[in-house]
Amino acid sequence: MALRGNLKDFGLNQLLNLIHLAKKTGTLFLEGPRTKAWLAFREGKLAYGQYGDEDNSLAAILYNARKLNAHQFRLIKERGNSMNDKELGLLLVNAGYVSQQEVLASLQEYMLNLVKRLYTWLEGSFHFDSERLPPNDKINLRLNLENLLLEGARQLKEIEQLQDEIPSLDIALKFRERPETNVRNLRLSKEEWQVVSFINPKNTLKQIAQALRMNETEIRRVAYGLVQAGVVEFVRPERPIPQPVTLGIPNATPQEQVSLVRKIIQRIRSL
Amino acid sequence: MRTVKMVVTGPFNAGKTQFIKTVSEIDVVSTERKITRESERVKETTTVAMDFGRITVDEDVVLYLFGTPGQRRFDFMWEILSEGMLGFIVMVDSCRPETFREARSILETFRAYAPTPYVVAANKQDLKEAWSLEDMRIALRLNSTVKLLPCVATDKESVKTVLLELLYLVLEEMEKRAT
Repeated sequence: MALRGNLKDFGLNQLLNLIHLAKKTGTLFLEGPRTKAWLAFREGKLAYGQYGDEDNSLAAILYNARKLNAHQFRLIKERGNSMNDKELGLLLVNAGYVSQQEVLASLQEYMLNLVKRLYTWLEGSFHFDSERLPPNDKINLRLNLENLLLEGARQLKEIEQLQDEIPSLDIALKFRERPETNVRNLRLSKEEWQVVSFINPKNTLKQIAQALRMNETEIRRVAYGLVQAGVVEFVRPERPIPQPVTLGIPNATPQEQVSLVRKIIQRIRSL
Repeated sequence: MRTVKMVVTGPFNAGKTQFIKTVSEIDVVSTERKITRESERVKETTTVAMDFGRITVDEDVVLYLFGTPGQRRFDFMWEILSEGMLGFIVMVDSCRPETFREARSILETFRAYAPTPYVVAANKQDLKEAWSLEDMRIALRLNSTVKLLPCVATDKESVKTVLLELLYLVLEEMEKRAT
């Protein structure tokens, strides 16, 4: 089914969160006011991407990362057009120009910067095509989106949007039950670690903010980032005395209520 | 005569009025008015107070379906409508992701009014632009225990299924309390 819309209404961070949680494979196409971009994913991890008509070949990425000099770059461009990125990567590693780690690190940095630039797009359209797989001729990465999602949240400048997401600070956080996510593997900022240390269904965001001397926007931003990264989820704070629930049939005994609802079910079935 | 109430809520143009019309045995008592704001002109009219449909269960019991206005500036009606409800349905337009955040906010508001059972109905699932339920669950941040049901508000069977799923939840809740 369709996964398309406008970035103004459904931002990049929400999209990446969706792709991450649904472990999607396919390509996300973005069209901004001035240029286009695409990001390819495999099982919820970023594999490759392109920004506008920018040269995203391995040679260009290594040259920009200063792993190749201008002469080497020019030679590769002149002679290496028949080679795809995988073949070129192998050749460069075997010839000792670069190490495998340097290739992967340069690609990773390029992709992270690409996504960071996309975070500045507040308008534009998007669509996700699950039929379009990550490109075969490129060295595909398996970049976990959790850190990118945290970064995206850090870049959110719209206080109103944060207030919209977390209207009340009388709400608590708890860790999500996802064994594949280990909080120790995340690159958290000092503030995020501080908040993580207070996460407990008994502590409201207001209490955590008071304890850490954070303002409302700061605690909202940190909490939103952690939720978007899938590390934690919101919970209503535990209350010492459970509130009695009033169901909608006044003056009826529990048995009468059950009987009434069964009657309604029968009636709806017969419509 | 006992009257029982269920509420149908959700963002503007989610299909609440149609949902009630599809199963109500009376012409829905509608409070639709012509839309004046240009930004909201995706349809000709909108509900400003409430929609009101009825299903007679037997000579002693009547089920009323109340539809809330979708626009925030009429939200003073929501708390009044939620009083004494058996449960509620949050309608979401599956083709308009820009309304998902609003839907989540309405859901939270109604949960705060009354901790009664609820289901989320993903309307317009028959359209090709509709988001999949799996994607909507993530976008709406619905826990896996929340019932998110496919819905086509113009289709009687589909509307019946949504109502029945809500009633099963209500029954489950009441049986727990009765034992």
